[in-house]
Amino acid sequence: MKYVAKKLAGMLITLLVVSFLVFAAFAVIPGDPATAMLGTEATPESVEALREQMGLNEPLLLRFGSWAVRFVQGDFGTSYRYSMPVRDMIAEKIPVTLTLTVLSFLMMTAVSIPLGIFCGHHAGGRADRTVLVIDQVIMSVPPFFSGILITLLFGLVLHLFTPGGYVSYTVSPLGFVGYLVFPSVAIALPKAAMAVKLLRTSVLSEMKLDYVRTAYSRGNRTKAVLYRHVLKNAMIPVVTFLGMALADMVAGSIVIEQVFNIPGLGRILLTSISNRDYPVVQAIIVFIAFLVIFTNFLVDLIYQRMDPRITLD
Amino acid sequence: MKTKAGKKVLLTLVCAALTIALSACSGGKADEASSQITIGIPQDVDSLDPHKAVAAGTDEVLFNVFEGLVKPDSEGNLNDAVAESHTISEDGKVYTFTLREGVKFHDGTAVTAQDVKYSLDRCADAGSGAPLVSAFSAIDSINVVDDKTVEIVLKEGDTDFLPYLTVAIIPESNQDPEGNPIGTGPYKFVSRTPQESIVLQKFDDYWGTPANIETVKLQIIANADTIVTSLNGGGVDMFARITQAQADQLSDQFDVLEGTMNLVQAMYLNNAKAPFDNEKVRQALCYAVDPQGIMDMISDGKGTQIGSSMFPAFGKYYMPELNDLYPTDIEKAKQLLAEAGYPDGFRFTLTVPSNYQQHVDTAQVIAEQLKQIGVTADIQLVEWESWLSDVYTDRNYEATVVGVDASSLTAAALLRRFTSDAPNNFINFKDPAYDEAFAAAQESTDDAEKTAHYKECETILAEDAANVYIQDLPSFVALNKKYGGYEFYPLYVQDFAKLYLVDEQANQ
Repeated sequence: MKYVAKKLAGMLITLLVVSFLVFAAFAVIPGDPATAMLGTEATPESVEALREQMGLNEPLLLRFGSWAVRFVQGDFGTSYRYSMPVRDMIAEKIPVTLTLTVLSFLMMTAVSIPLGIFCGHHAGGRADRTVLVIDQVIMSVPPFFSGILITLLFGLVLHLFTPGGYVSYTVSPLGFVGYLVFPSVAIALPKAAMAVKLLRTSVLSEMKLDYVRTAYSRGNRTKAVLYRHVLKNAMIPVVTFLGMALADMVAGSIVIEQVFNIPGLGRILLTSISNRDYPVVQAIIVFIAFLVIFTNFLVDLIYQRMDPRITLD
Repeated sequence: MKTKAGKKVLLTLVCAALTIALSACSGGKADEASSQITIGIPQDVDSLDPHKAVAAGTDEVLFNVFEGLVKPDSEGNLNDAVAESHTISEDGKVYTFTLREGVKFHDGTAVTAQDVKYSLDRCADAGSGAPLVSAFSAIDSINVVDDKTVEIVLKEGDTDFLPYLTVAIIPESNQDPEGNPIGTGPYKFVSRTPQESIVLQKFDDYWGTPANIETVKLQIIANADTIVTSLNGGGVDMFARITQAQADQLSDQFDVLEGTMNLVQAMYLNNAKAPFDNEKVRQALCYAVDPQGIMDMISDGKGTQIGSSMFPAFGKYYMPELNDLYPTDIEKAKQLLAEAGYPDGFRFTLTVPSNYQQHVDTAQVIAEQLKQIGVTADIQLVEWESWLSDVYTDRNYEATVVGVDASSLTAAALLRRFTSDAPNNFINFKDPAYDEAFAAAQESTDDAEKTAHYKECETILAEDAANVYIQDLPSFVALNKKYGGYEFYPLYVQDFAKLYLVDEQANQ
């Protein structure tokens, strides 16, 4: 209980610091939302009127304070550019980015865990060596580039999907997931490659330990030893990695959304930054920060479940 | 044992790959039977309320949904739209409009004189500090004369006011113009998903020539790098304003149509900052920069050279003779620099908005060309928003390369900004002779005289070398060969109503 309270407090402080940093960054970088909105037809009077209306003439700390208070109450403010509630704007996009993240996470685990164990078990064999080489190559290709290659191969040559033909989940859930499959592959590939390598090393080092020999000597078959004894221990570093990877994938999907023209959080985030649409940027950054902190929290809990010797306090 | 485990893993992988491939197949097929076109646009609209929208990218979309009393055509003429006819009083003070019979809003109600007054009043309302349409501060009163007649009285005579009356006429009864936009145009609004798409549908009760294609879907493609793949992959049928490089990568399913961007691309110089406060320095730059060389480098020689702040689409105001004022002459440029006190050249910062590839490319060619006269241009790329606030609003820069467009089809839209006290005179140009010529043009009610005065303004800009004028950029539109009917406008407008399906047209 004490642990949860401590963790929650830490979480709040982190969120506060992150959102303040965003606020401060926008105060420092050039560009002003009022001139950005009015463009070249702006007159000094109209810019001033708009600034006043947006509340931009108040001091930074005051603005941050009132923003934070309203945010906690669930009022995320109104987008400067699209004059619609930020909450509505983001709520529609969160499912897109989350689906993309979850899909790539599932792909990553589904491929990397069996393959990692296989390689660890058959270390030095021909299959293992082949996988390792491919692994190394995949690991070094960044998602945006593999995304371009995938668009080229599966979209333009094999016609398995229509590049730019994104289907909204409100129109067709199946078509939506179908379109997201290839972007998810692009995100999952390098992470899966890393997970395979990590798990392989982890299994290898566990296999050398005494308890494995004991387990064998008790008459267990290889499979039983591998899955009942070794995997549990070998997974600890991998879980840390998976947790980090999940958080990383949210960020990765922001890039991939640009490559595949998917209107998710990343799209709004980027356009809002260039429009100087602070309320939107704020809300998205806080959301992403929350996700990262929350996954870390989950990883801690899973640790303890897997190995009760780990204490959280 | 070993091989069995290996086979299992392999089997899992193959299954996974198959599932992925199959599920992707079900998603992509488009319905080709109904007449529909998907048009890519680079950004979302900033507002669906035509009076509140300010972005040019929004105007070009809303052009299809809303109409004003008058409406521009592709030749640049203003035709009566919601109005059937109009008269302008001799002194340019009173504009009288007779409304057209049978014009209906998208909700089926007829347009009344009261709706017209409401719409114009809404734009002229200065309650929030500044009127929604800044030119409307010139309006004294808007009167409903009878059911079919509306009269607009200006504070001072201005025979050039008609282009501003293209502002949208909207129904007074509509409580929510932002969420439920209702206009009189050939297309009506159906739905919008922010940052994703906008759907328009043909309006059957349109008063004029109806649209050909039933449904228009506007798909937002924010990342310029995915435009070509979206077009080639079949996700998008049309995209306006692509670059030469993008056009070269398109498959043969596409027609690439060439028009002009209708803007004045120049190296704009801050006339208040040394060394550009010296006319000889500015002229030297004009002699050193070779517009044809720039066009050859960035767009295979396409584009139209210009010599002042006016582009060819303006017809009678455009003065091609000014293009020859500064033939490329390195010796002459060096001599002028020496006379101005810079025999060894100088160094300056050339600020360019990074989102406009054509301007960035142009700046690079200019920097190369200026090396010949010992002048070094340090190119500084900035974001568009930084450009707007630092260069355009605060005028804190030395030189910049951009294109300036005309907000309406009047010469004043391009030339007013160079009067000494114009709020948008971002180059700080000051010349009493210019102010005088511009004022004379504004006051004149005789067309020939007016044109002569505007031409005088253009000549002054060119002779003073206010800026290094380059070109009106070429504009390329990618259109799938299934469709035809694209028309270029001299304004920032996309007319979807003229587009048609090629097969459909052949069957008729």
